[in-house]
Amino acid sequence: MAKTATRKTVAAAPSAERRAALAGQELSATGVRLAVLPPAERISLRAPEASVAALAKALGVTLPRKPKTSASKAGRTALWLGPDEWLIIDEAGKDPLADCAEVTALHSAVGISHRNIAISVTGPAAAAAVNSGCPQDLSLDAFPMGAASRTILGKVEIVLLRTAEDAFRVECWRSFSDYVFTFLSEATRDAAA
Amino acid sequence: MSGALRIPGAGRLSQAKTARFSFDGQSYSGIEGDTLASALLANGVHLVGRSFKYHRPRGFLSAGAEEPNALVEIKRDAARKTPNVRATVQELYDGLAAQSQNRWPSLAFDVGAVNDIASPLFSAGFYYKTFMWPKAAWKSLYEPKIRAAAGLGVAPDQPDPDHYSARFAHCDVLVLGGGAAGIAAALAAAETGVRVILADEQAEFGGSLRFESGAKIDGQDGFAWAQAAIARLKALDNVRVLSRATAFGYYAQNFVALVERVSDHLQNPGRDLPRERLWQVRAKRVVLATGAIERHMVFADNDRPGIMLASAARTYLNHYGVAVGRNVGVYTANDSAYAAAIDLKKAGVDVAAIVDLRDNPTGPVIDEARALGIEINFGRAVISAGGKLRVTSMTVQPKNGGGERTIPVDAILMSAGWTPSVHLFSQSRGKVAFNDETKRFVPGTYAQDCVSVGACNGTDGLSATIDEAYAAGAKAAKDTGAKAARGTKPKVDASESWSRGMLGAAPGAGPDTTVKAFVDFQNDVTAKDIRQAVHEGMRSIEHVKRFTTNGMATDQGKTSNMHGLAIAAETLGKPIPQVGLTTFRAPYTPVTFGSIVGHARGPLFDPTRKTAIHPWAEAQGAVFEDVGQWKRAWYFPKGGEDMHAAVDRECVTVRKTAGLFDASTLGKIEVVGPDAAKFMELLYTNPWEKLEPGRCRYGIMLREDGFIYDDGVVGRLAPDRFHVTTTTGGAPRVMNHMEDYLQTEFPHLNVWLTSTTEQWAVIAVQGPKSRDIIAPLVEGIDMSDEALPHMSVREGRICGVPTRLFRMSFSGERGFEVNVPADYGQAVWEALWAEGQKHGATAYGTEAMHVLRAEKGYIIVGQDTDGTVTPNDAGLDWAVGKKKTDFVGIRGMARPDLVAKGRKQLVGLKTKDPKVVLEEGAQVVADPKQAVPMKMIGHVTSSYWSENCGRSIALALVAGGRDRMGETLYVPMPDGVIEVEVAGMVFFDEKGERLNG
Amino acid sequence: MLLIRCPYCEEERPELEFRNAGEAHIARSADIAGESDDDFEKFFFIRSNPKGIIYERWRHMHGCARFFNAVRDTVSDKFLMTYKAGEPKPAKLPGASK
Repeated sequence: MAKTATRKTVAAAPSAERRAALAGQELSATGVRLAVLPPAERISLRAPEASVAALAKALGVTLPRKPKTSASKAGRTALWLGPDEWLIIDEAGKDPLADCAEVTALHSAVGISHRNIAISVTGPAAAAAVNSGCPQDLSLDAFPMGAASRTILGKVEIVLLRTAEDAFRVECWRSFSDYVFTFLSEATRDAAA
Repeated sequence: MSGALRIPGAGRLSQAKTARFSFDGQSYSGIEGDTLASALLANGVHLVGRSFKYHRPRGFLSAGAEEPNALVEIKRDAARKTPNVRATVQELYDGLAAQSQNRWPSLAFDVGAVNDIASPLFSAGFYYKTFMWPKAAWKSLYEPKIRAAAGLGVAPDQPDPDHYSARFAHCDVLVLGGGAAGIAAALAAAETGVRVILADEQAEFGGSLRFESGAKIDGQDGFAWAQAAIARLKALDNVRVLSRATAFGYYAQNFVALVERVSDHLQNPGRDLPRERLWQVRAKRVVLATGAIERHMVFADNDRPGIMLASAARTYLNHYGVAVGRNVGVYTANDSAYAAAIDLKKAGVDVAAIVDLRDNPTGPVIDEARALGIEINFGRAVISAGGKLRVTSMTVQPKNGGGERTIPVDAILMSAGWTPSVHLFSQSRGKVAFNDETKRFVPGTYAQDCVSVGACNGTDGLSATIDEAYAAGAKAAKDTGAKAARGTKPKVDASESWSRGMLGAAPGAGPDTTVKAFVDFQNDVTAKDIRQAVHEGMRSIEHVKRFTTNGMATDQGKTSNMHGLAIAAETLGKPIPQVGLTTFRAPYTPVTFGSIVGHARGPLFDPTRKTAIHPWAEAQGAVFEDVGQWKRAWYFPKGGEDMHAAVDRECVTVRKTAGLFDASTLGKIEVVGPDAAKFMELLYTNPWEKLEPGRCRYGIMLREDGFIYDDGVVGRLAPDRFHVTTTTGGAPRVMNHMEDYLQTEFPHLNVWLTSTTEQWAVIAVQGPKSRDIIAPLVEGIDMSDEALPHMSVREGRICGVPTRLFRMSFSGERGFEVNVPADYGQAVWEALWAEGQKHGATAYGTEAMHVLRAEKGYIIVGQDTDGTVTPNDAGLDWAVGKKKTDFVGIRGMARPDLVAKGRKQLVGLKTKDPKVVLEEGAQVVADPKQAVPMKMIGHVTSSYWSENCGRSIALALVAGGRDRMGETLYVPMPDGVIEVEVAGMVFFDEKGERLNG
Repeated sequence: MLLIRCPYCEEERPELEFRNAGEAHIARSADIAGESDDDFEKFFFIRSNPKGIIYERWRHMHGCARFFNAVRDTVSDKFLMTYKAGEPKPAKLPGASK
């Protein structure tokens, strides 16, 4: 019985401290600014065409069908990553995993809030900084506002989202965030050229 | 005064801005805007290097990137030391320090020059023929000696302190070359609004307009027009103008690599400035406006310092205001040298004579030269040059023989005509075509979406060039979808025009002679060498090239190619197009390793991955090891412990009380969907359909060939959800393997895979006290053996955060793996650590983990298996579903060789002397007395000291191993043979009672 | 660096995002366990390695992550076309050299 009591006391204690990788790091250079963004809720959503409408309704955001696009509503963004794959990012503190749990239509929703780290790259030289290691055409014609894609930065995989003409959100896996931030820091030194 | 040979009023540099520099320790003065070459020439210095093979004194041949001779070392400090810099390209800055190369003890007196006297020994193919025997001497004697004697420049021996940047860029029209043609093409394209990049290797745009004093465009001097046009282009948002940027490689689908030299010309580059910037440009259309390179005349001793291309002398005069001599001779087969003579004469330089190989050429330049009173000799050849460290005279003879006459000169300007620069076109896989009339190779069949304009396309004359380039620029833009241009084509008001020239050796250097008439200055290849190559049986021009080294190294045929080809063709008795051209290889000019490496140095060479718990381990003084890109805590030494002591303590503590281990790097894949179990059945050897939710199973994954590919514990969270773990190193390839089968072989299955490796931090708590440590922190999970037996999984909360709690063991002890969202990993670890401290638990690293698992005979895929081990070989037959009709590897596993008797099987080895620890990888033999090479019947895969067993333990793959239980085998080592006994794989707690202990 | 058209992303993307996955249109038998040694050998070991047109699999690894098929000329290194996984071998090739 004593054991049970101990268990309850500890469980009632505050949650374990969350220590996000690179929390709060930022860097400013001519024409470009980097900032590690605060934690967000994220899921990897996989679903066949037939389930898209039901999932979109439950999530409250359109699931885009067009490659390299995203849709956004009320702090929640759905990025097209593949023909049956979306990355859902919620910055409003609501849990998209819970929203999907109620959907009976065929799908797979897996929580990856802690898997990814987001870094914002903003400023007139933002595209140049990303292009130091990303081989995609980031002109506004080819990669307009809202464009989203899994791609490469240097030697690692990232997900790139253009949030404004001169702003990108770079998502990468937690253990690659140090590399990505360092890479972008190096790139910012030369981005204004 | 910045040099005695600076002509007042000539050139475009401002005399006011002087720059001090040194060459071989001697101080000189130049002007900002000079190249090292023009500054040295202004000071009367022609001797700047020794040649590659014969150590002959050499001066400047050119005024540009094609320079084969004037290669120097530029030294900023001990680490910033660049060899083989072309002095004709290096811009001057105040304080520049340059040194000559390939000479000892000094440039003027070089011992290596004995090679020149002994040159009959060093003819083409010398190395191939001479250093053949004895074979063994090549490595120990010949090669080191040759390497020490040959080669140009000395590589720096310190890490490069500079940094290099890189950029991917995209454009509609990429214009390569910023002379009149390139600028006109860029203007036409830019005016349509499409994205244009214009690049030129020089510091200033203009190309040949730098020296063509006779060009007038849009009412301005040609060079001034170029600068104005560049200013206009730079002001446009849709145009990027890159100077000092050499396009060095043209790859598939209009992918062009350029290196921009950002700070080599600056006295004090800022710290943030990269030395070079690599541009990788993808263009919808490419316009090649790479111009042409003037050819030298091939005559005896044509390499004496002071002998240079006519256009180079003109550039030094008209751009830099430098006279290359006070009394120059001219040797030509082409009009363009006349223009040089005229410009120099007008600037007050004596022109001793023009020697023209042609019989009776006519034209305005000839008339003008004559009008200026310059002596002109038609139908005559320069058959030799006098002087050693500097040319002193030229000896002239009628080209068909006759009386010789020696004319004193201090420089000879030569021109055999112009070779279109088709290097990039050729790299683009375009095929060149020979124009028989003009004796030039010009772009023929295009392989990519590009077009050549101007001199590189064989187009003569400024008017025709600008017409062609402007139209091509506009068309290139239109082809990418642009609207019609609104601009106006530049108008050529005055221009120069040149006729053709000649190829091959000039009279006096013909087949009947033995003179040194250089074809390739950089590689010391003479006309005679080329003929010799043909005589010795080389028929293909590619063989001639390799035998003689003509056009190899950095020259890449810029100056040597056409002459070499013509001489080979003449010797072979074949027309030039039948002999063909050698391949132009990238890079066009040398590229630093730094610019290719770019950002990928130091921490960016390869990602270093760290777990969420890493900071804690670091603070505890853990020693880390690299596992792929991961840093993993290897062991946690306490109070002066060495590795051995720390690992022993960690291993003992885990079995006595408990240990905490960071297992976060394990690969994790979430398999979700109604067909998840069916998919698992196909990808793993084990049966999965009947595994109940909440239970775990050790799974083995094979490749289709039947060999073990990966393994790991899999938990079933729900009927349609599996939490799969993989090896640390195997995570990405296992995911790829699973996706491959899911997408292409089993696409009918409704299941999806998500990598969750980094979603979860994993804390393994192993040992008899493990439950006591975890239980107080857990909420919502009954941790009794009945509710949570070995190999089960529950979801609940720990320390108030969600957890997937696995009851599993990789140590043989009662064990758990606590999965928590990664950002909580460290806090939960710290809480578990605090609980663990109450029980005397230890943190343990990967080494102890390895020992503990080996004590239990648990394998590590990739260590105990090597891609040729079947489940049966590894003693894991029990994990193969016998009733299954399909899984990846089921057929491969049944191949005759894989079921044959005598295969290597995984067994335990016990050394007869328990204190001896075998070496991993050591070979196992049955009879140590047999002759060498012995028959090896297996090898040690894992070997450790086991403090828990009080002896060494080892696993080994041994032929027919399981039939050899108790047999004595031998491990021969350099210092003696070790006796071992074949044993079972489990060394500790054979009955497995401790899993619930 | 090649540009490869991903049939799922519906555009050309840089080669760095892709990974080659060997020859295409090699069917894994539905009854693989019952296959003869010879048939398994053909299926698993034998590849055509042609000079000229090759049908091969690629994965848009760092893009949409889909496997797809491509027709490439091994002489010119040019992609003739790409198509989705599971689609039949194309009957006609655009601009094939032979």
